[in-house]
Amino acid sequence: MGTKNLSDTRKKTPLHALHQSLGAKMVPFAGYDMPVQYPLGVLKEHLHTRDKAGLFDVSHMGQAAIIADNHEAAAAALETLVPGEMQKLGVWRQRYTVLLNDDGGIIDDLMVSRPDVNGRLNIVVNAACKNKDYAHIEARLPDGARLERFDDRGLIALQGPKAAEVFAKHAPAAAEMKFMAVAPLTIAGIDVVVSRSGYTGEDGYEISVAGENTEKLATLLLGDPDVAAIGLGARDSLRLEAGLCLYGHDITSETSPVEGNIRFAIGKRRREEGGFPGAARIQKEIAEGPSRLRVGLKPEGRAPAREGADIQSVDGKTIGVVTSGGFGPTVGGPIAMGYVAAENATTGTDVQLIVRGKALPARVIDMPFAPHRYYRG
Amino acid sequence: MSVKYTNDHEYVRQDGDVYVIGISAHAAEQLGDVVFVELPVVGKTFSQGDDMAVVESVKAASDVYAPISGEVVEVNSAIVDEPAKVNEDAMGEAWFVKIKASNAAEIDKLMDEAAYKKFAENS
Repeated sequence: MGTKNLSDTRKKTPLHALHQSLGAKMVPFAGYDMPVQYPLGVLKEHLHTRDKAGLFDVSHMGQAAIIADNHEAAAAALETLVPGEMQKLGVWRQRYTVLLNDDGGIIDDLMVSRPDVNGRLNIVVNAACKNKDYAHIEARLPDGARLERFDDRGLIALQGPKAAEVFAKHAPAAAEMKFMAVAPLTIAGIDVVVSRSGYTGEDGYEISVAGENTEKLATLLLGDPDVAAIGLGARDSLRLEAGLCLYGHDITSETSPVEGNIRFAIGKRRREEGGFPGAARIQKEIAEGPSRLRVGLKPEGRAPAREGADIQSVDGKTIGVVTSGGFGPTVGGPIAMGYVAAENATTGTDVQLIVRGKALPARVIDMPFAPHRYYRG
Repeated sequence: MSVKYTNDHEYVRQDGDVYVIGISAHAAEQLGDVVFVELPVVGKTFSQGDDMAVVESVKAASDVYAPISGEVVEVNSAIVDEPAKVNEDAMGEAWFVKIKASNAAEIDKLMDEAAYKKFAENS
């Protein structure tokens, strides 16, 4: 079928050879050849991360920086593109926000962190969006600010209840970091920039490292008996259980951060002041409530409802659509998220999900489906 | 009694006067961890190729097609209660349904073990 030749055109992360040596099943993802699972399998990889610690290759994500003369200028420049509070972002702190289009729809979601270099804000964007994001940012950044890409850097996530213990063996200072703190550390002689964050709902770290040192660092961490390599399959079920959005599915260029139920991506001052793309729509939605909202859904039986399944009210009227859904290994059953009309978004509302032509009873429930276990000190 | 296979990775094997149907070990492996199985009710009749059951893994949902025509005489509710059995013993304990064939000649046209092995390797 020629798939072997096709894989040669896919981009490789610095951990590509390591994935292959670990027996990973590789799939195309966002233009990269990425591990969807290792021999452990998606289910056990998921449970291992919730029980001990999982190591994820997220080097395909886009690492870059907004650079200006000083913090005020860099923050002001980025604030023209995102609704997050950037002026007050502290040194070595990180924040989640979104790039917005002029209609208030989401171009991508991203992490922004502030190193101790005056006038620099580091960003991490989604792999599938990075070229689009960079073009948008470069086209829209005001004079005096510029984008610098770090395409050659690796990014590793270490996630799970044992992540802090494992990581502190190599970098004791990491144990003291609180959720969304960032720090420059040295591990086995390798310089890294570490944030206490992730996308699984667990405590853990995301570690930015020079491309040529990425495999050495990953191998060191994987040498710990509590750490297993985890593929994209489990990454997806972990983030779904944590109630976190997958860009292009749960949030898109059509949905606003208010509809997407990620209001924390919008700074308090900025809700009042506006000054970000689509501010009129977003301020109106905050004041009056959005017409639709992303909610958690718990199907009653065992059948998973997947992306695209219609959501109906109990009287059979279509009120929305599932945007992510599947089996939650920690929950032990099916879970989903999707958009419903605001009047149906109240926790406890009974709905039905249309799966293979059949209406399955389900209920609107609070997210996350599995409790967040971030370290807040 | 020899086992026969379809292009869609179902198997059929004769057991007395009924036929046992399931998904192949290769299919179970490709699907990954099975988390949901939906089976038809006893008494339902199918033509060869009809949607007969559903199997879902952590990755995706797949239809299971009737490899031969006939009437369902027994279903394996153990795999509905414990879908992971499909990964453990797809060819044995984790069969899906038993069928009374309405046209046993259909079985002759399916692949034998050797042909299926070759087919699975190349698919």
